[in-house]
Amino acid sequence: MSARATRRKAVNLVAGVVAGAAALLSLLALGSILWTLVARGLPALHWSVLTTSMAPTGENGGLANAIVGSLIQVALGMAVAVPIGIMAGTYLSEYARGSKLGDVIRFVSDILLSAPSILVGLFVYVLLVATTNTYSGFAGGIALAVIAIPMIVRTTEDMLSLVPVALREAAAALGAPKWKVVTLIAWRAAGSGISTGILLALARVAGETAPLLFTSLGNLNWSTSLGKPMASLPLTIYQYAGSPYDDLVQLAWTGALLVTLGVLAINIIAQLALSRKR
Amino acid sequence: MAADSPQVASLGDVVGRHDTMDGSKPFITTRNLDFYYGENQALKSINLDFPERRVTALIGPSGCGKSTLLRVINRMYSLYPGQRATGEVMMGGVNLIDPKVDPTELRSRIGMVFQKPTPFPMSIYENIAFGLRLHEKLSKGAMDERVEWSLRKAAIWEETKDRLNTSALGMSGGQQQRLCIARTIAVRPQVLLFDEPTSALDPISTAKVEELIAELRTEFTILIVTHSMQQAARCSDQTAFMYLGQVVEAGATAQIFTNPREQKTREYVTGRFG
Repeated sequence: MSARATRRKAVNLVAGVVAGAAALLSLLALGSILWTLVARGLPALHWSVLTTSMAPTGENGGLANAIVGSLIQVALGMAVAVPIGIMAGTYLSEYARGSKLGDVIRFVSDILLSAPSILVGLFVYVLLVATTNTYSGFAGGIALAVIAIPMIVRTTEDMLSLVPVALREAAAALGAPKWKVVTLIAWRAAGSGISTGILLALARVAGETAPLLFTSLGNLNWSTSLGKPMASLPLTIYQYAGSPYDDLVQLAWTGALLVTLGVLAINIIAQLALSRKR
Repeated sequence: MAADSPQVASLGDVVGRHDTMDGSKPFITTRNLDFYYGENQALKSINLDFPERRVTALIGPSGCGKSTLLRVINRMYSLYPGQRATGEVMMGGVNLIDPKVDPTELRSRIGMVFQKPTPFPMSIYENIAFGLRLHEKLSKGAMDERVEWSLRKAAIWEETKDRLNTSALGMSGGQQQRLCIARTIAVRPQVLLFDEPTSALDPISTAKVEELIAELRTEFTILIVTHSMQQAARCSDQTAFMYLGQVVEAGATAQIFTNPREQKTREYVTGRFG
């Protein structure tokens, strides 16, 4: 074997080992997080955590109001974000190809995508909390929507642009007006990709804390009113994890486990939905 | 070179021959038809007659404008800003490229089959029903009947009747293309435009599609763009040879292939360029 071939083999081996080690390291971090969460959160995961509301230390409180609060705010956020995100992504892909306005909207949306989520919280604070003089679940839901919209816009546009032009032309050639080509053919062809984007956005906002800090504030009591401050899992974790009481810190771990399991489940469903279509 | 004169050829004399031969009349005529992709002129003064219930083949080297001509006739170009046509494409006394003509209605009368099979991501049945629902309100029974009718017409009923509700994406390429033909004729157009319909198919599927075209010519006015000279010779009643956006020569298929008038046509059909 020539010297060059030997060197190439050696370099190849080193590159493989280094890349493999890096991959292992990042997996290790994820594995360690999961392990810690399960080890610390699982022992305290009783039925009562899901059925009783938060309570002061020593009173055996649960997370029921935080869980329901999270569900309400995430549902509200997604209910607002999904139609706006899909329509805006559709506009960018189907109606604004190569137009100046489309480029500007795409650019702004991409900036919003990478904006720190605490800024989104401040924005909604100024918009909805300062003007109404009350923190509210509604404001929290809207803050989550603002985070989700650019994600959905992006995936919708990307997935629609993967739909072959030939497919659109075939529908148009049958006499379909443009809106039917878009809604009946392009959306359908891109459907699994768009759904995956929605699920990933859902997983992302379900774990958001910062946008809720100055919007829904948190609430120690059971409340499902969108007009009042509302509890949520990430906020409760944030508050309890820093508390000096062991039972509350324990609940924070359990809450973190619940959020992680929920997000993990959504991600797995999204991946399955995508791979089944391929 | 032939491309120098603006009106090189028309099918008029051929149509005349058909008139005396079997009485077919021109169904679509183009007069002084120019077409532009932005600044770039792709068709130059096209004057052709496409007789009713005949197959007209458009041949010529890549980029000569034959596919463009099809896309002008069903106004496909109007989907894209920057593409425009001037002149006349007359059908039933109406100039099809007049912006006042509704392209969706026009396309229900002039169907198109593309180079690559383009089944929609839905069931075989729904692929056919999609086009029907655009133009007609049919009961479930009438819809079923029409789906069967069009699949039979496209000679694909036997292969699909037991799997109408399965995805069309699971069919072979040749089956997909015949499904696309079925989908197109389900709307009951008068004209069928074929844009290299067999270039993505294997020889057996190609033969089936060609057979189908031969059968469909009894009911539809057909235009077919092809790169295969054998296909043009086999399938068509008349042929137009295009080069650099112009019609060099048009006439009965037998004459174009055996006794072309223009030097350029002779060179092309004998395979010396293209």
